[in-house]
Amino acid sequence: MDFPMFHLDWLNNRFLIAVIAILHVLINHGLAVGYIPYITWMEYKGLKNSKSDEITDMKWDAFIYKKMKVAFIITTTIGAMTGVGIWFSASLVSPSSIASLIRVFFWAWFIEWFVFVTEVVLILIYFLTWKNSNKSLSAKMRHIRFGWFLAVFSWITMAIIVAILGFMMDPGNWNEHHSLLNGFSNPIYLPQLAFRTPTAMLVAGLFGMLLTVIFGKKEPELRAKGIKYAGIWILCWAPLSLIGAIIYWNVLPEAMIANMSTAVGTMQFSEYYDLLKIIIIVAISLVLVLATFAFLKPSRVKIWMVIIPCFCAFGFLGVFERVREFIRKPYVIGGYMYSNLLREEDYPLYKKEGILKFATYASTSEINESNKIQAGRDVFMLTCSRCHTTKGVNSITYVFERMYGFGKPLDVASVAGYIPNMHMGRTYMPPFPGNDKELDALAHFIKSLQTSGESLEGVQSKGVQVNPINSVETFKK
Amino acid sequence: MLLKISTPLPKDIPLELPLPEWLLVGLLVFAFLAHIVFINLMLGGSILTLWSQIKGLKNKEYDTFAHEIAKTITVNKSMAVVLGVAPLLCINALYTIYFYSANALTGFVWILIIPLVIIAFLLTYLHKFSWESMENNKRLHISIMAAAVGLFLFIPLIFLTNVNLMMFPEKWGTVHGFLEALVLPNVFPRYFEFLGACLTVTGLFVVGYNKRKNYPVEEIYTSFTRFDIYKLGFGVTFIGLGLQILFGLIVVFTIPAKGLGFDVISIMIATGITLIYAFYWTWKTLTGEQAQILQFFTKIVISIVVFLVLYGGNRQLYRHNALAPHQKLMAAKTKEFQKLSEEARLHPVVEVEVADTSEFGKGKDLFTKNCSSCHKEKEKLVGPPMTEMVSIYENNPEGLKKWINSPGKKRPDYPQMPSFGSLSNEDLDELAKYILSIKK
Repeated sequence: MDFPMFHLDWLNNRFLIAVIAILHVLINHGLAVGYIPYITWMEYKGLKNSKSDEITDMKWDAFIYKKMKVAFIITTTIGAMTGVGIWFSASLVSPSSIASLIRVFFWAWFIEWFVFVTEVVLILIYFLTWKNSNKSLSAKMRHIRFGWFLAVFSWITMAIIVAILGFMMDPGNWNEHHSLLNGFSNPIYLPQLAFRTPTAMLVAGLFGMLLTVIFGKKEPELRAKGIKYAGIWILCWAPLSLIGAIIYWNVLPEAMIANMSTAVGTMQFSEYYDLLKIIIIVAISLVLVLATFAFLKPSRVKIWMVIIPCFCAFGFLGVFERVREFIRKPYVIGGYMYSNLLREEDYPLYKKEGILKFATYASTSEINESNKIQAGRDVFMLTCSRCHTTKGVNSITYVFERMYGFGKPLDVASVAGYIPNMHMGRTYMPPFPGNDKELDALAHFIKSLQTSGESLEGVQSKGVQVNPINSVETFKK
Repeated sequence: MLLKISTPLPKDIPLELPLPEWLLVGLLVFAFLAHIVFINLMLGGSILTLWSQIKGLKNKEYDTFAHEIAKTITVNKSMAVVLGVAPLLCINALYTIYFYSANALTGFVWILIIPLVIIAFLLTYLHKFSWESMENNKRLHISIMAAAVGLFLFIPLIFLTNVNLMMFPEKWGTVHGFLEALVLPNVFPRYFEFLGACLTVTGLFVVGYNKRKNYPVEEIYTSFTRFDIYKLGFGVTFIGLGLQILFGLIVVFTIPAKGLGFDVISIMIATGITLIYAFYWTWKTLTGEQAQILQFFTKIVISIVVFLVLYGGNRQLYRHNALAPHQKLMAAKTKEFQKLSEEARLHPVVEVEVADTSEFGKGKDLFTKNCSSCHKEKEKLVGPPMTEMVSIYENNPEGLKKWINSPGKKRPDYPQMPSFGSLSNEDLDELAKYILSIKK
């Protein structure tokens, strides 16, 4: 309503956030939270397996250092920037919600930032002091101790951030109790942590194995040893990851009840829910098979055997985050703001006078026969475009044709009849906010899309048209 | 087409600021300074590395110098990123509408910041870690740094374009994408002034970095002495200060009058004086005696710090002045809207429903609201017609209720019906009664 609408009409706006966020979670879990203890353990193994006259097994140590270097480079580039990127993309796609969250949860953000700065500094220290620590036994032991400390710290970082996330998404508690403790007492907080911790370790073991396979080409002995250790690591964590996943999977519907004012199991949710079950089972069994094989026959592990479970883990975490996001619907901020970025409290006003009248950017606020399609386009942009495109992913024509028949011309009256009631049957949809004329214009616009095939440009290319009645000039009069 | 494009007047987020405004402003200025110093070092350091590595093709000592500076870039860039989050958070809270609007209007390039920075960072790592292995392929190695410098030079333009565009809501209606926002007045002079500051700060950093007692200059270089490197550092600062003064003057004459006032102008003069002061002592250093080369170092550093504080504060003051009138109108507009919204909440539109008191009235209402978008009386719409329901459930209203509550899927050519678990048992009774009253 108040912001120019950035819009990606093919990929879908949420897709932009999702890609960045999943990449971030994968790197954060797999190459930081889980990876630091894995690497420290490997570093310790070098020390333990060394001959009595040397500080550590230098060849092994160099091998492990190389694996840490990759993680260091990725976490301080892609890892750090995708973290910022989640914010950038969310503030483009969903400015009103991010802005509202920042107003209320400023300190949570601030703590998150502080923890983030500390973590980056600690990782810099751990990595950059590695080579110097190889000069004496006591320095090496200190370095390994620092590694364990860093491992605990990055786990705490995750524990805090999961709480902050839970706290910010906590339905009903919005605006009322500002205590961060709400995040920790959120019903899905502990299950999330119980799932994320071993899963991070598991993914880290997979990445560790992958890098061992890649770097170990010329060193078959180190390669076999490295693969075996990674196998052991994964075998230790996989059962815990499975248990965590089951716990989390079981509390999800409960979280749904708390989040959704109405029905529990919508079709879409149960689709994701079932998908999650299948993916958990497939991914973890695959990883277990690999890890057992790696333990028994480490020198016969090939690169493709490791890459496939890596992709599974990627899909696994992706679906997991998708389900977590889906729980929020139809709200983006529970009980306060719908996922179309409109506040629930303003709905009666929109119902009364329409939304175009209050939109800062719109071509018109008076709908007549000649500007109906244009007005419908504005209504679409204001009320549907955060989740739907005109002809790309989750396009509005697709969702209607799925109901009324593919390839058949849509009936304006049916579309207009359906929209005001859609949130009854499909509880993840926010109610339509506008008045009858806007509804009619929207229905005409949707029908016109079937034949025109137009794509809706966002303000990043088209610019904005200031609604004359919401300009400084008008207001001053 | 309107001749005069009007200035948008959006409504603000109707929630209190998380902190008193003055505190947020203080945090913003302070946190931004910490961030920008590392950005200066990252960008200035990469330019310096590139330059001295090219010079190093002829004189090996410069190549060594380039390597030493390159090692600091990757650390400085990490600090720059993490320290950038706090000012971003503050500006998000303080200037929500303005900042996000500018972001959206330049959205495509704005989000490109993420991949571009990632690529630039990866290039600096590649450059740093391939120093030995690419010893025999110097030109390719240098071009990696050149690519990183190119990206590093471009990225600040995106930020500058945004913080500039956010101050001019009257321009929002005229801008179509990043390029048109980039050419608004004030972006380029400020950009070159910023580049000057990068060199100024980096030059001083070079002096300070090589000044450390435990830093073995003598072991690292064969012919370069500490003095040579100090001189190089001060030279870079001298060029930087020159650029800053030149473009500072251009900024004074080209900056839109919107946010100007005697306050801003007088601080501008003060920043100018600190720059000239630093410039003078740097010149003295460069032309003075070798033994006393560090004599004025502290003096120069302090004047640059004073400059940064004054400059950062002044930018904020200008922004404040430029936006205050619009913010005031926006606050009034927001208040007006909230009042309207509250009124509408208290007196919502009453759906003109003539309560149908006939036997099936309530069920009919429920049907219209919940079912009619998919079911018609006699024809198939999305789901089967009501007449078919009657054939199936004629003597089994409970079965119909159960189906509505949690539908299964019987017909392969029909989409799945959603559940209507939100309807109460009483509603379901009425609904079933109505549906089954339809004549086949």
